[in-house]
Amino acid sequence: MIRRFIRLLLLAALVAAGFAFWMTRAVPLDEDALAGVEGDVENGQRVFTAAGCASCHAAPDTKGDDKLVLAGGQKFPSNFGTFIAPNISPDPTEGIGDWTAAEFASAVMQGVSPEGQHYYPAFPYGAYTKMKKQDLADLWAYMQTLPASDTASQPHDVGFPFNIRRALGGWKLLFMDDNWVLKNAPSEQVTRGRYLVEALAHCGECHTPRNMLGGMDTSRWLAGAPNPSGKGRIPGIAPGAFKWTEGEITYYLETGFTPDFDSVGGHMVAVVENMAELTEGDRQAIAAYLKSVPEQPSE
Amino acid sequence: MKNIVTATVIAGVLAGSAALAQNDGSAQVKARQGQMRVIALNLGVLGGMAQGKIDYDAEAAQNAADSLAGVAMIHQPTLWIEGTSNADREGTKALPAIWEDNADFMTKWDAFVTAANDMQSAAGTGKDALGPAMGGLGDACKACHEKYQQSDD
Repeated sequence: MIRRFIRLLLLAALVAAGFAFWMTRAVPLDEDALAGVEGDVENGQRVFTAAGCASCHAAPDTKGDDKLVLAGGQKFPSNFGTFIAPNISPDPTEGIGDWTAAEFASAVMQGVSPEGQHYYPAFPYGAYTKMKKQDLADLWAYMQTLPASDTASQPHDVGFPFNIRRALGGWKLLFMDDNWVLKNAPSEQVTRGRYLVEALAHCGECHTPRNMLGGMDTSRWLAGAPNPSGKGRIPGIAPGAFKWTEGEITYYLETGFTPDFDSVGGHMVAVVENMAELTEGDRQAIAAYLKSVPEQPSE
Repeated sequence: MKNIVTATVIAGVLAGSAALAQNDGSAQVKARQGQMRVIALNLGVLGGMAQGKIDYDAEAAQNAADSLAGVAMIHQPTLWIEGTSNADREGTKALPAIWEDNADFMTKWDAFVTAANDMQSAAGTGKDALGPAMGGLGDACKACHEKYQQSDD
């Protein structure tokens, strides 16, 4: 009787482990995910700018056209370890030049590498999963026009247990969601702003607080958060504590000047440099969206 | 005799605290933050005119630009002494990187000096000249704050 019970228990544990193993596997997109979608280089450049790819993947301390060499090497410290952005230039050996369009789509929208591994969510695929397939195809077309770099990617400096990539499958199950945070956009302009903020510019990645497992607390969307590098805070940008007008937000995203004519600083400088290259209409759409999200109390 | 001792002790204590006030860098930090506020206040005038929020007035624009150029003349090494980063003390956002690569930091300040002088030449010539000159000033501010200021706002 007891032996049978133990046998049953072992069987149940095995089934549960198998189920967990199955559920946490890395699922790439189908090989024909982008079939029939023709990439447009010009729009790809706009997507590239709005998504801020170069801000993290350019080599450290680069400016101007050098930022288009996506050699990697910038470090991103966090509670889980230090992530180092990889080379995503079109170099076939050190970069991503030998990838297929579907592999690129799986990486950006699902966080799955061509080798079938999960990427760490320091790479904001949780936002990019909301990207339009056309924009993704355009981005892929544009990125293939950029200069190649043969700089080798460096391994992340992440300790146990966070170095078990399989566990990221569980993270994705818990926290990855391709639904909009702002369910109902009240206008065309806010719909555009929602796409820019939630999908491409991935503003929530820094401006929304996270739980102990590094999942975003969407009930406190854009409420502000501690700086993952340790010192300082990322400010809240939802209505409530954040009182800038739409015009002030738009001007800041273009010039880097706050309403008090203080200057943007830190990593946000790279963001503003990207936003300044968008159209005035897109900057206004971002501002309109930020005024449409739920109010967050000041802390 | 007793009075002399008391006076000596009091004088000693006063001298001691005066020396402390000199050495803790708080005067330098205040001066740094003061010059940044003077910059922001005058950028507000010029930026407001560039945006059309304030009516363009050549004299007011020139006064604001002259003030920026005045700040640009302040000898910076006097203000940025060692031991006054946000790792050393409270109440400052100055990152230790300022002293790790001080030559680069001073290059960033020189960019502000150039941009402030450009604004000084442009401000009185008309509203349309303000936008590009503001752009140059913004670039100088961003370049320095990106690397050398703790961002928390």
